[in-house]
Amino acid sequence: MTMDERDFTSASFYKFLGEHKLMGSRCSSCGALHVPPRPICTDCHGEEMEWEMMGGDGTLLAFTTIHIAPTAMIEAGYRRDNPYCAGIVKLDEGPAISAQILKVDASQPDSIAIGTRLHVAFVQRGEDELQRTFLAFQP
Amino acid sequence: MTTRKLGRGVAIVGAGMSKFGAFPDKTTRDLFVQAFQEMHASVDKGLAPEDIEAIYIGNYSSDLFEGQGHTGPIMADWVGLLPRPATRIEDACASSGVALRQGIIAIASGLYDVVLVGGIEKMTDLPTERVTDTLATAGDALYEIPAGFTFPGFYAAMATAYMARYGATPETFMRVGLKNHDNGALNDKAQFGASIRQVMDSKIARAKAKGRPVPAWADEMAFLHDDAANPVIAWPMRLFDCSPISDGAAALLLVSEDLARSFSDNPLYVIGSGQASDAALHDRADLTSLRAARLAGQQAYEMAGVAPQDIKVAEVHDCFTIAEIMATEDLRFFQPGQGCKAAEEGLTARTGPRPINTSGGLKSKGHPVGASGAGQVIEIWKQLRGQAGERQVTDADIGLTHNVGGTGQTCVVHIFERR
Repeated sequence: MTMDERDFTSASFYKFLGEHKLMGSRCSSCGALHVPPRPICTDCHGEEMEWEMMGGDGTLLAFTTIHIAPTAMIEAGYRRDNPYCAGIVKLDEGPAISAQILKVDASQPDSIAIGTRLHVAFVQRGEDELQRTFLAFQP
Repeated sequence: MTTRKLGRGVAIVGAGMSKFGAFPDKTTRDLFVQAFQEMHASVDKGLAPEDIEAIYIGNYSSDLFEGQGHTGPIMADWVGLLPRPATRIEDACASSGVALRQGIIAIASGLYDVVLVGGIEKMTDLPTERVTDTLATAGDALYEIPAGFTFPGFYAAMATAYMARYGATPETFMRVGLKNHDNGALNDKAQFGASIRQVMDSKIARAKAKGRPVPAWADEMAFLHDDAANPVIAWPMRLFDCSPISDGAAALLLVSEDLARSFSDNPLYVIGSGQASDAALHDRADLTSLRAARLAGQQAYEMAGVAPQDIKVAEVHDCFTIAEIMATEDLRFFQPGQGCKAAEEGLTARTGPRPINTSGGLKSKGHPVGASGAGQVIEIWKQLRGQAGERQVTDADIGLTHNVGGTGQTCVVHIFERR
């Protein structure tokens, strides 16, 4: 299956992430861009979509530094005394998306500023065959 | 927007709840039985349980919390209501607020005259990280949770957006926790029946008894800034900004308006109901307000024909302290960006002009997620009937409940009137 033939699903989105591509779907009817991709346009209900690759630049809209982590992040090595940053990033193309924020000092949240310019990064989590690529951003 | 009206009037004529807290030897059905019994006893003119025609149960995730699914018929069975139809409603932390709405709609449709609405949750069997995982399933498991977000994390992110936009500080949020603990100290059903000062005093007493160094906090704010006593969960949300992990149940008896006086001397009439949905947090235009809450509130005000200033007492969904501030703006009690100032100035205190969460709120009363929406109604029931004891606000004739599911993907608002 060529890249353009992939379904507009989360499986395709994560497969693209594994190829270090942040992809969205653009509605052929009204031009609205959806990241993550959707098969039905929430702006016009159109059902014709095309894949579009994001440039990877964006701005931090909101964030937190998490000390009490979920199991998946504990397995990735995070702890009460080793927090990580999660945030919402507005892409230059318009849509916003949730991502881990790397290369900021999560133990000093006052040092992290909304409005910071970020670039896409790709982070591996999980062991062996469960290893997957997840979306991240960093300054 | 078209103003929607109920097909016929609906009233609440009974309300009861278990204590909220951690109960290792009780399951959801035990807690629901307690709530049902208290509800039954609260019906002024008596209830024959066989007159109940249908049951709606709000329950978020007993499947993951206690390995029990399909809780609707089980709750109906345990209070002796088989073979009546029993339906479980799942809308995350708004489950029983939405179950209430479904019960109202069922009576308004004319199908039933007498309906039992319940809310249940048993969260404390699991270790904290698995509670965190289970709550996270109310977010978007495909696109939000892989970023590392937890529920405290989502609301903390809203808090950073709110701080950046309106100039609030972590101390602003602490004021909400202090107030709600003050209120919960007066509620014998509350998980924390203690003010922050009382929490501090008990920690000091325990340190003295065990011969440990005695903490020397100058005041409550010093305690709340102490990383050991009040650790960061997800910055800027600390432990005392977060509602606790709780077990609990609540039960409400709904009847058609024409039957209300045959059950109760002081029924609560449901005059407004609204509900709306929203996307994942990152897919919203505004991170400092919940659109679904604004819409649900607007629907409820329009149905009721009342304005925000007519609401004398409100229970709002303070799962985290930032959430209460946003709620007071989304419900138009205060202008956008003014909710933080209102909290700082004490306007939302029990004795202030705009009492919010006189029960102690989810923060102090506890947050057994599927039971919280119905639990909020119990405080309004008590306040409007003059049965709130030391917490009683004066001249309360109209009250409101605001119940949020997840990060605001579901919001449901109800308005009640004493006549």
